Amino acid sequence: MTTLSPPLTRHLRWTFTDGLTLVGRELGRLRHDPGELIAALIFPAVMVVLFGYVFGSAIQVPGGDYREYLMPGLFSMVTFSAWLGVMTRTATDASRGVMDRFRSMPMARLAVPFGQTGADLLTGLLMLAIMVGAGLLVGWQPHLGLIPTAQAFLLMIVLRYALSWVGVYVGLAVKNEQVADAMVPLGLPFTMLSNAFVPTGGMPGWLRFLADWNPVSALTAASRELFGNPGAPSGNLAWPLAHPVAAVLLWSAALLAVFVPLSLRAYTRRGR
Amino acid sequence: MADPIMVAEGLHKSFGDTHALRGLDLSVPRGTVCGVLGPNGAGKTTAVRILATLSDPDAGHARIAGYDVVRDAGQVRARIGLAGQYAAVDDKLTGRGNLRMFGRLYHLSRREAHRRADELLERFGLMDAADRQVAGYSGGMRRRLDLITSLILRPEVLFLDEPTTGLDPRSRGEIWNSVRELVADGTTVLLTTQYLDEADQLADDITVIDQGKVIATGTPDELKATIGDRLDVVLEDPAALPPAATVLNALAGAEPATTGADRLSVALPGGGLRLADIVRALDRAGVAAADVRLRRPTLDEVFLRLTDRKESVR
Repeated sequence: MTTLSPPLTRHLRWTFTDGLTLVGRELGRLRHDPGELIAALIFPAVMVVLFGYVFGSAIQVPGGDYREYLMPGLFSMVTFSAWLGVMTRTATDASRGVMDRFRSMPMARLAVPFGQTGADLLTGLLMLAIMVGAGLLVGWQPHLGLIPTAQAFLLMIVLRYALSWVGVYVGLAVKNEQVADAMVPLGLPFTMLSNAFVPTGGMPGWLRFLADWNPVSALTAASRELFGNPGAPSGNLAWPLAHPVAAVLLWSAALLAVFVPLSLRAYTRRGR
Repeated sequence: MADPIMVAEGLHKSFGDTHALRGLDLSVPRGTVCGVLGPNGAGKTTAVRILATLSDPDAGHARIAGYDVVRDAGQVRARIGLAGQYAAVDDKLTGRGNLRMFGRLYHLSRREAHRRADELLERFGLMDAADRQVAGYSGGMRRRLDLITSLILRPEVLFLDEPTTGLDPRSRGEIWNSVRELVADGTTVLLTTQYLDEADQLADDITVIDQGKVIATGTPDELKATIGDRLDVVLEDPAALPPAATVLNALAGAEPATTGADRLSVALPGGGLRLADIVRALDRAGVAAADVRLRRPTLDEVFLRLTDRKESVR
């Protein structure tokens, strides 16, 4: 079983192959539990219809249709759901002893968090695809051509990946699936407190400050800009809204720089 | 003990103010079952976690097959299997899917992982449930799957941390049979358990630990011999309990335990007392006994004596 290749190359190869095995594990779970997959995929589509028509019937946005305005916000919302799913799965593994089994095996130490975040990326892509379909059906579309559109989706994916590492860390920190489940609803106010559904201009000052600096707002503003959807804010803007693409990239880099080392440390040192 | 495959010397481990281990020593010969007994919080699980490379000791060291569990953790991991009190398998996957995934994570080739999964399912009687999701398994099946998952690499040392806690007697029997088969194949097993009959059934040697230290070691028979035989007396009339207790106290030199409305039990000093003498002494005191029995102590009684608790009330 143990080959004689040099330790470093073997280590890198194991990290990669073990990570892939764990991505395969997540896919296998989804296959055996199609209900969960369907629920996860229907959710964004329901959001499009619900928000698009319920809020859309009452909210006026300057320069266009509310559903055009809304879609970038929903893309952000789905992007920000990443850390919750990863957190729940990590906490479940930790509390059930699966994590201990991994750690008692001669596998690459880093494969588990990499596998988990990698698997989430695939789920995320699938959800985005469904959202795009639902969006197109209700009349949303990108207006600025292929390259900016691709850039917008790339930003979502980069930020999603960075956020999934937050999930790994929080999941390892709480170590308890009940606590993790209880934390899931906290995701909603976090996304609502942003420009995803309504412009921040009308919020009270302190709330507006929070909303403007919320990374959800930066991602939403960036996608509106890159899709050419209405709702580009004007006037005296907070820095992240004036430079939304840079803000998203900085947020992603910062999250990765903090949470990758924290997660790896928490994983290798867990229970020591 | 010739050729110990697992040796621990002076293991210390604290969590904050709690000293889980205070100088634990352990030596397990190859191919034997070592039962580790101790009350809750004695340090059993901490010891297993250190030996299985999940946790580092604060002081002391341990070697498995000659490899240090801290410095050569990778080598140790390639030689051990761990089955815990939690069924550490993925609920959402099938039994076969779990074994294949863990086989791949043990770096078996795809074909080899599939072959090994089938072999284990067949051998341990889970083939019929192989393609069902683990979430639908009974507690016993789940525990068996957990056990065979830790056998994928044919480990030299298998850690079983309370493998049958919460199982019904039949499932426990099945796990016991599986463990016996493994030992017959030469696997060394370190077993922690709360069920002393489990240790009695499976273990060659028993190590009793309390408050992070070894307080006794020996075969089950040796341990039983240390506290002497037991005398159980069942009375015809519960009202005769006080005079009967006085008689037994005089005979055994120890206060008998009341084990029921009409029964008493006491440990006898090593040898010398014959059943006939006991019956005669009771008779003289006018106590009518329905049943008088001399027997070896159970491991429960040994354990309670050693860990300084009150006599078991059965």
